[in-house]
Amino acid sequence: MSNEIEPIRDPGLPAHVHRAADSDPIAAQRAERQVAILFGLSAVGTLLLIYSYIFVKSDAFIFIPIIGNTAAQQLGLGMGMAIALFCIGAGAIHWAKTLMPDEEVIAQRHEFRSDDEDRDAFVKTVKDGASAAGLGRRPLIKTTLGVALGFAGLTPLLLLRDLGPLPKDSLQKTSWKAGTRLVTDPGDRAIRPEDLEVGAVAQTLPELASGEERTLNNIGKDAVLLIRLRPEEFNLDAERLSWTHEGIIAFSKICSHMGCAVALYEQQTKHLLCPCHQSTFDVTRAAKVIFGPAARPLPQLNITVDAEGYLVARTPFTEPVGPSFWERSS
Amino acid sequence: MTARERIAGNVAGYVDDRTGAAKWMKKNLTKVFPDHWSFLLGEICLYSFVILLLSGTFLTFWFDPSQREVIYDGGYQPLSGLKMSAAYASTLHISFEVRGGLLMRQIHHWAALIFMVGIVVHLLRVYFTGAFRKPREFNWIIGVGLLTLGIVEGFLGYSLPDDLLSGTGIRIAEAIIQALPLVGSYIAFFAFGGPFPGEAFIPRIYTVHVLLLPGIFLALITVHLMLVWYQKHTQFPGPGRTEKNVVGYPLMPVYMAKAGGFFFIVFGVTAFLGAVASINPIWLYGPYTPGQISAGSQPDWYMGWLDGLVRMSPPIETHAFGHTISWNILIPGLILPGIMFTGLALYPFIESWATGDKREHHLLDRPRNAPNRTAIGAMALTFTLVSLLNGGNDIIAQQFHLTINQMMWFSRIGVLVLPPIAFIVTKRLCLSLQRADRDLVLHGRETGRLVRMPNGEFTEIHEPISAEKAWLLTSHEQIAPLELPELDGAGVRHPGALKNKLRNRISRATAVAVPKATETDRRELEGHH
Repeated sequence: MSNEIEPIRDPGLPAHVHRAADSDPIAAQRAERQVAILFGLSAVGTLLLIYSYIFVKSDAFIFIPIIGNTAAQQLGLGMGMAIALFCIGAGAIHWAKTLMPDEEVIAQRHEFRSDDEDRDAFVKTVKDGASAAGLGRRPLIKTTLGVALGFAGLTPLLLLRDLGPLPKDSLQKTSWKAGTRLVTDPGDRAIRPEDLEVGAVAQTLPELASGEERTLNNIGKDAVLLIRLRPEEFNLDAERLSWTHEGIIAFSKICSHMGCAVALYEQQTKHLLCPCHQSTFDVTRAAKVIFGPAARPLPQLNITVDAEGYLVARTPFTEPVGPSFWERSS
Repeated sequence: MTARERIAGNVAGYVDDRTGAAKWMKKNLTKVFPDHWSFLLGEICLYSFVILLLSGTFLTFWFDPSQREVIYDGGYQPLSGLKMSAAYASTLHISFEVRGGLLMRQIHHWAALIFMVGIVVHLLRVYFTGAFRKPREFNWIIGVGLLTLGIVEGFLGYSLPDDLLSGTGIRIAEAIIQALPLVGSYIAFFAFGGPFPGEAFIPRIYTVHVLLLPGIFLALITVHLMLVWYQKHTQFPGPGRTEKNVVGYPLMPVYMAKAGGFFFIVFGVTAFLGAVASINPIWLYGPYTPGQISAGSQPDWYMGWLDGLVRMSPPIETHAFGHTISWNILIPGLILPGIMFTGLALYPFIESWATGDKREHHLLDRPRNAPNRTAIGAMALTFTLVSLLNGGNDIIAQQFHLTINQMMWFSRIGVLVLPPIAFIVTKRLCLSLQRADRDLVLHGRETGRLVRMPNGEFTEIHEPISAEKAWLLTSHEQIAPLELPELDGAGVRHPGALKNKLRNRISRATAVAVPKATETDRRELEGHH
C-alpha cells in the first residue's frame, strides 16, 4: 500500500427524484389548475386597478388596520397593480417548478485561453498592422497626432467654462452692511431689542431696500440667528461682548462645517446644534465648537440699535460665512 | 404539422435567412444555468433597473425640472400660496393630482432602494464565495462601477424634487466640492452656475439623472450580462460539479419561465411597497430654502455611511498662507471613500498576488474555506456598518435615550477598534467551522440518541454522513503557501527579497487551514475502533 493520501471521492450527480406531477396525472392537473388560478387572480388585480382609476375619488379615505387611514385610490391602484404583477410571476414560476422538466443537465466548460498558434498570430497581426502604418518610422506624424489629440481634448473643458461665473469674492461677502436692519424671517419686520424676551431665538435676514428681491442665494449666506441671554451669562472677551446688544447676540445661521442651517437651540445649555452632522456650538462663548466635526465657530455679527431703536448690523461680517473653501484666509 | 408550428417555422426561417441566427440560437436557447437562491440577487438588480426605467419615464411626463419660483395653488392645502420651485410644485402635482402619480413616485423610490440593496448583497455574495476570481475580474470591476454610479444616481434622483430635506443634501454636496483644494470654489460655481443654490443645478442634474447615467448603466449592465453569459455562471461545489462543467437547468423553457416570472414578482413586490409604504413624503418637508432645516435630516441608506464618516470626523482644518484645507470634509468625504472603492475594485488582483493563484475558477468557495478573505470582508463590512450607524446617530440616540455624544464617541472608537476585532473573530470562526466539517466527515452526524452501555457508560450514537455531503465538505482545494526565495544558494540576500518575504508572509496567513478529512483519515480511524 502506498503512502499517498487518498481523498474522499466524488459520488457524482445524485439520482434524479421525480416530482408528484411527473408520474401522477392528477397531481399534474392540480398543478395546472393552481397556475391557472394564479393567472386568473392577476386579471382580478388589473380589474381592481381599473376600478380604482375610474370610480374611486382621489379624496376618499378608507381605514385599514395597521396602516391606518389611507387614500383609497392610491391603495386600490397600488394593490391592483401588485396583485396583477405578482400573480403573473408566481404563476410562471409555479408552472416552471411543477410542470416543466426538472432534470439537471451537465454542460462542459472550456478554457478561455486561445491556443498558442492563435495567440502568436494575433500578436503578429497587431505588429504587422502597426509597422504597415509606419508610426515608428515617421516620428513627425506620431508627434503631431499626439499634439492634435491633446489639443482636441481641451475642447470639452473649454466649452464647459460657461457653466458658471468665476467665484471672485462672492464666497467672502454677504449682503450685511453697516447699518443694515435685521428683519424677521418670515415677515420682514424690523426688530427692537424689547421684542425678544430672554431665552428667545429669532431667525432674521437683512432688510431689503425697496425694489430688491430676496433670492435663495442671499438667504444661503445672509441668514442670521438672534439669541437673547442675560448679559451676565456671556463668557466673551471685551471685543466680542461689545458686539452684543443688551444680551442679544447674532450668529450666522449657516454652519461653518457644511453649510446646513444651524437651527436647533437648546435653551437650558445654551447650545446650538446643527442637525446635519451634530456640530455643537456654545452660544455663551461666541459659538465656540464644543462637539462635532465643525472646525470653526459660527461667525458672529456685530450688532447695535439705530436711531429709531431697531436692531442693525454695526459692521458687515468680519469673516466669510458658511463652509470652508481654499481661498478662505482664516 | 399544425398551423402554429408552420408559422413559427416561417418566422424563424425569415429571421435566419437574414441573420444566420439559427446556429447561435440553437446553442444558446439550451444554455445551462446553475440554480441557487443567491444567484437571484443580481437578477433583482436587473429587474429593479427595468422598473426604474419604466416608472421614471412616467414621472418625467409631469415633472418640471426647474428652479424657477412659482406660487403654489395646487390641491395640497397646507402649502397653498407658498413660494417654491417649479420642480417642487410639479412633484406635489404628481403626488396629489395625477392618478397613480404618488404610486409611481413611491414605486420609483422603493425600486431605487431595492436596486441598491440588491447590488450590495449581490456584491457580498460574489465576494464571500470568491466568484470574482479569474476569469471574472473585469466583471467585478464593472460591478464596483455600477455600485458607485448607483449611489450617485440615487442621490441625484432624490435631490430632484427640491424639498427641504434633499436641498440640504445638495448643500452638503456643494460643501464637499467647495472643500477641494485649489479648484473647489471654481468647480462649485461652475456646477451650480454661480453661488449656491442658484437656479441651474436641478435642471442640470436632471439631464444627468434621466439621460447620461441611465445610458452608462445600460451599457455597463449589458457588458456585465454578456460576460456572465459568455463565461458561464459559477456554481457552488457539490457532487458531480467540477471546474470543467456547469450543472443546472436549460434556459428554454425552465429559466425563461423562472426568470421572466421573477421579474413580475419583483415588480409586484415593489408595487405593493409603493401602495402601502409611504416613502419620501416631500409635502411634509416643505420647499427648500437654505435658511431652514428639519431635525433628523439624513440621506438615503446607501449614502448613510458617507454621512456617518463625515459626522464622526474630528474638527481639523489647516489655515496657512491665506488658504484653508478642510480635512474634516476631505478625509471622510473624499479620501476615505476613494481608498475604500479603489481597494474594492482592486481586490481580485490583490488576492491573486497574495496567493500566487493565477488559475481559472468556476467552482465557488464556501466562505469558511477562505478564512482570510472572509475575515477581510467582515472587517470592511464592520467599518461600513459602524459608519452607517453613525449616519443615523441622532435618530438612534433619540430612540434609545442616549446622548449624541455617546453615539459619536462609540462610532469614533468603534470604527477603528471593531474592524480588526471582526477580522480576528471571523477568521477563528472560519477555522472552527472547518474543524467542525472535518469532525463531521470523520465521526459522522450526532443523532441525539444516547445509549447506555453494559458497563454503565453513556454514549451518543453517531451516524455516517452521506457520500454527497462528505464530498461537499472535502472537495475544496487547500492551497499551499508561497515559498518565494528570500535568500539564494550562498545565503546571500536575493534581489527583491523584501517583497518576496512580504508575499510569503501574506500567503502563509492566507493558507492557514484545518486539514480537510480524507479517505485515508477515515480508514485509519476505523482501524482504531
